Amino acid sequence: MGTSISVDQLHVSYYGKEAVRDVSFSIMPGSLVGIIGPNGAGKSTLLKSILGLIPSDKGTVKVQGGEVKLARKKLAYVPQRSNIDWDFPISVIDTALIGTYPKLRMFRRPKKSDKQLAMECLEKVGMSEFKNRQIGELSGGQQQRVFLARALAQQAEIFFLDEPFVGIDISSEETIIKILKELRDQGKTILVVHHDLSKANDYFQQLILLNQELVKFGNVDEVMTPETISRAYQGQLSFLKELVVSS
Amino acid sequence: MNFLEAVMHYEFLQKALLTSIMVGIICGVIGCFIILRGMALMGDAISHAVLPGVALSYFLGINFFFGAVFTGVLTAIGIGYISQNSRIKNDSSIGIMFTAAFALGIVLITLMKSSTDLYHILFGNVLAVRPSDMWMTLIIGVIVLTSVYLFYKELLVTSFDETMAQAYGLPTKLIHYFLMTLLTMVTVASLQTVGIVLVVAMLITPAATAYLLTNRLSFMLFISSGFGSISAVLGLYISYKANLASGATIVLVATGLFIITLIFSPKHGVLRKLINSRKKRVSYS
Repeated sequence: MGTSISVDQLHVSYYGKEAVRDVSFSIMPGSLVGIIGPNGAGKSTLLKSILGLIPSDKGTVKVQGGEVKLARKKLAYVPQRSNIDWDFPISVIDTALIGTYPKLRMFRRPKKSDKQLAMECLEKVGMSEFKNRQIGELSGGQQQRVFLARALAQQAEIFFLDEPFVGIDISSEETIIKILKELRDQGKTILVVHHDLSKANDYFQQLILLNQELVKFGNVDEVMTPETISRAYQGQLSFLKELVVSS
Repeated sequence: MNFLEAVMHYEFLQKALLTSIMVGIICGVIGCFIILRGMALMGDAISHAVLPGVALSYFLGINFFFGAVFTGVLTAIGIGYISQNSRIKNDSSIGIMFTAAFALGIVLITLMKSSTDLYHILFGNVLAVRPSDMWMTLIIGVIVLTSVYLFYKELLVTSFDETMAQAYGLPTKLIHYFLMTLLTMVTVASLQTVGIVLVVAMLITPAATAYLLTNRLSFMLFISSGFGSISAVLGLYISYKANLASGATIVLVATGLFIITLIFSPKHGVLRKLINSRKKRVSYS
């Protein structure tokens, strides 16, 4: 089986500043990978660059062996919660239904089967009873679950989640990680930008530790060593060492 | 003679009424997307930027629709270019470009030495609607409504989550400029009714009123165009009765409806919030 995502010597700058420097790695299908690193390490930039939303200065990104452009319909993206207008006049079910848009042709409306799919995805994340609520009326965890349902409705091969666990309740977090693990077991590829190091062990098999440059890419136990972590954080968080050592 | 009889009797009133209703509907629809995308200022800018195009069209002797759309879209592109390629922020680049276009328009029109035309373009004169204007409004209305119907899905997703739209391959920039083109056309259609200066009120006020009443975009479009056309009819009626400037009266009616909704809206009204917070306080005491 070929690689799902391969990144080779990627350089990306954001507003003229170099945010990602010479990053290379490749990920196989059926992986649940965390992207971790300190604030400003270029985690979201890397994600957006793989998605082809930010042009790269140098290097290549291949998705399923080809250009990102050719694989767009196989990618699902869950944005950071802070990037969404929660006052937008849209209901929970209609938000999930947007997940079916990429596969719909121009001028076509979602059909009954699309609505059914959206509803099933809401059920999977435990949000079907809220289907007629406006999205702003939900708690943070519920909002995140609705957006995961939208990604599920895309029936994608590769999932990108940007900080999905920020500001959400513990049961939503458990639901989300459970679903992500199921997707992994079905052979999907999942990339999660994450900044809570304490749970990285339990959630991911592989980690991309980033601080503009790639500090380390590999299995969790290789990456979560005091030396590599402190190299990435450069003493920004001294208590982390103890945390990692004790875990 | 009462208003209804007058409408039956005078053709100019019928045309005025029909044109105003159509303007209310299309402004209401496009306005929803404008406010949801946080582009109210852009709406104001594009409507002003139409002026030099109108003046040029008079010079060249062509229908002012073409000139207006040309300078409107050109200004939208200019604004986009400056804010993307310099450190000037979007609101500032809007401020620079639209005042420039507007000033150019005023200079061009004074060159023609026709201040009455300028007055009518700026403030509208719905009672002087010619049949050709009415037909143009109708055609623009059909184009705008059909476009929104056909591209509803794309307009919804780019307004709600542009990053996702980009990620799955929608040409978001093209859709932005497409919406700007529709906006320019709506402005042109509204020239006679409310005029350049007040078009932005017809775009934003009914849409904002609808936004306070519903949590669904599809309903919002209908409610907004409903408020737009009710304002147009009621405003026209009052301006006819009291002999007031029609465009300004229509805008004031729309504002009145907005204020009533702001206070009494069952979901997002000020009164509702007041009652809710009082209930909380009572329940804790």
